Amino acid sequence: MSTELIETRALEAFYGDAQALFGIDFTLHAGEVVAIIGANGAGKSTLLKALTGLVAVKRESVRWRGTPIGGDAPGDIVRRGLALVPEGRRLFASLSVEENLLMGSFAGRAGPWSLQRLYAMFPVLREKRHMPGTSLSGGQQQMVAIGRALMSNPEVLLCDELSLGLAPIVIKEIYDALPAIVAEGMSVVLVEQDVSLAQRVSQRVVCLQEGRVSLEGRSAALTREQIAEAYFGLHAAAVDEVRA
Amino acid sequence: MDTLVQGLLLGGLYCLFALGQSLMFGVMRLTNTAQGDFIVLAGFAAIAAAGLLAWHPAFIALALLPLAFVAGYGLQRWVLNGALGRDPLPSLVVTFGLAIVIQNGLLQLFSADPRSLDAGALATRSVAAGGTAVGVLPALIFAIALAATAALQWLFGRTRLGRAFRAVSDDREIAELMGLDARKVYAFATGIAFVLIAVAGVLQAMRTTVSPSDGPLLLLFAFEAVIIGGMGSFWGTFAGAMLLGITQQIGFRLDPGWGIWLGHLVFLAVLVVRPQGLFPKTRG
Repeated sequence: MSTELIETRALEAFYGDAQALFGIDFTLHAGEVVAIIGANGAGKSTLLKALTGLVAVKRESVRWRGTPIGGDAPGDIVRRGLALVPEGRRLFASLSVEENLLMGSFAGRAGPWSLQRLYAMFPVLREKRHMPGTSLSGGQQQMVAIGRALMSNPEVLLCDELSLGLAPIVIKEIYDALPAIVAEGMSVVLVEQDVSLAQRVSQRVVCLQEGRVSLEGRSAALTREQIAEAYFGLHAAAVDEVRA
Repeated sequence: MDTLVQGLLLGGLYCLFALGQSLMFGVMRLTNTAQGDFIVLAGFAAIAAAGLLAWHPAFIALALLPLAFVAGYGLQRWVLNGALGRDPLPSLVVTFGLAIVIQNGLLQLFSADPRSLDAGALATRSVAAGGTAVGVLPALIFAIALAATAALQWLFGRTRLGRAFRAVSDDREIAELMGLDARKVYAFATGIAFVLIAVAGVLQAMRTTVSPSDGPLLLLFAFEAVIIGGMGSFWGTFAGAMLLGITQQIGFRLDPGWGIWLGHLVFLAVLVVRPQGLFPKTRG
């Protein structure tokens, strides 16, 4: 049996007339943690949206365990076992913390994740479970967004910019939870702008540039020079020069 | 005292006119300009059913409720969902068109004559309370309005369906990522709104009369109650309806021609002083 959970072939995506993805080939294997990196506008978030049905794509261009799912409704995709932690958290403003978490269970998938399990992983959420989700700090909201996705008991967790706008200590707290999530046999795709963080927590890195894959390789094996060139289209020395 | 009591009782009827509107706006941000005409349609449906079946109005009302739910569900699922989007104009145009169709259809079927649903002794019975006579039917309408408001608030705040309503209202895209089909959730909301419309229509036909041209005025009362109370808030709608009913009764007491007019004045005053309404978004 194939271990390929997600496979995209020549994936293209559009926002109206503007093309955002140009023939992306991407594979996620069971148990893998893959980081997607790239500059703003590289197509990272669009790739996650294409995988979860939020952006219309050709049916054959996205496969789940070999079955074409491109363009399926987001609800059907989450019921197959993909869950997205969206950029900016996007908690439901009129729902409490606990109600936000319970929204994840609408998909009706059985699995190890429950409210009690989440409260054990993020104890602060138990204390604040009756508060409006959007009244929490940014880091706590991110915990709710992760918990909400986990409540659907997915096989693949897609995380869009977990560290965006958060203090380093909060980012560390959130990423410290990742091993416990992966230990449940879950595969993870992380969109992350912090390249060193992305390399540290993932097994494989895929770099996008202007909607195309510009680099792919094992996280530990990629050099700063390679990543800088793929990320900006510049050599590392030139990047240093620009920064100076 | 009598003015206050009669105003509260009138407010009960207005509350029932408005709850469906408040629900549809709260979940879908959809303003149903055919709300009043659907209430009139429900009243005529009850009158026609009473003529055909000779049942007690209470049984007719009970029989109408599931039909109203199915009609509302179907209307939203296969007509109104197609008109929803960032631009509110298409849904306004569709419901406005429906209002015209209903008005003319009723004129064709029932003529322009006002009609009522015979409630028997219930229509005239009253009890003395605190030096004033309280009509049993208006008191029953008030109790139904209070119960319906409490039930809607409970549904929204305490149930899984209510969470789904609030979630699709907050962020449809993310709600769909949770496995919800927003189109079905919207259809459920409109189904429930139509149950409330059916209740309002039957009670309106029992309390007074209905004629095919009544819809716009009932819509106006529903709008005023919703906007005074605050869009998307059920207890706010209840409070808005009470304020409207009391104001109208004070106006009627001062001069029979002033009642409706004074209600409009209070509505305008709220729009100017507190355009978000008295109790905006208190759900949950």
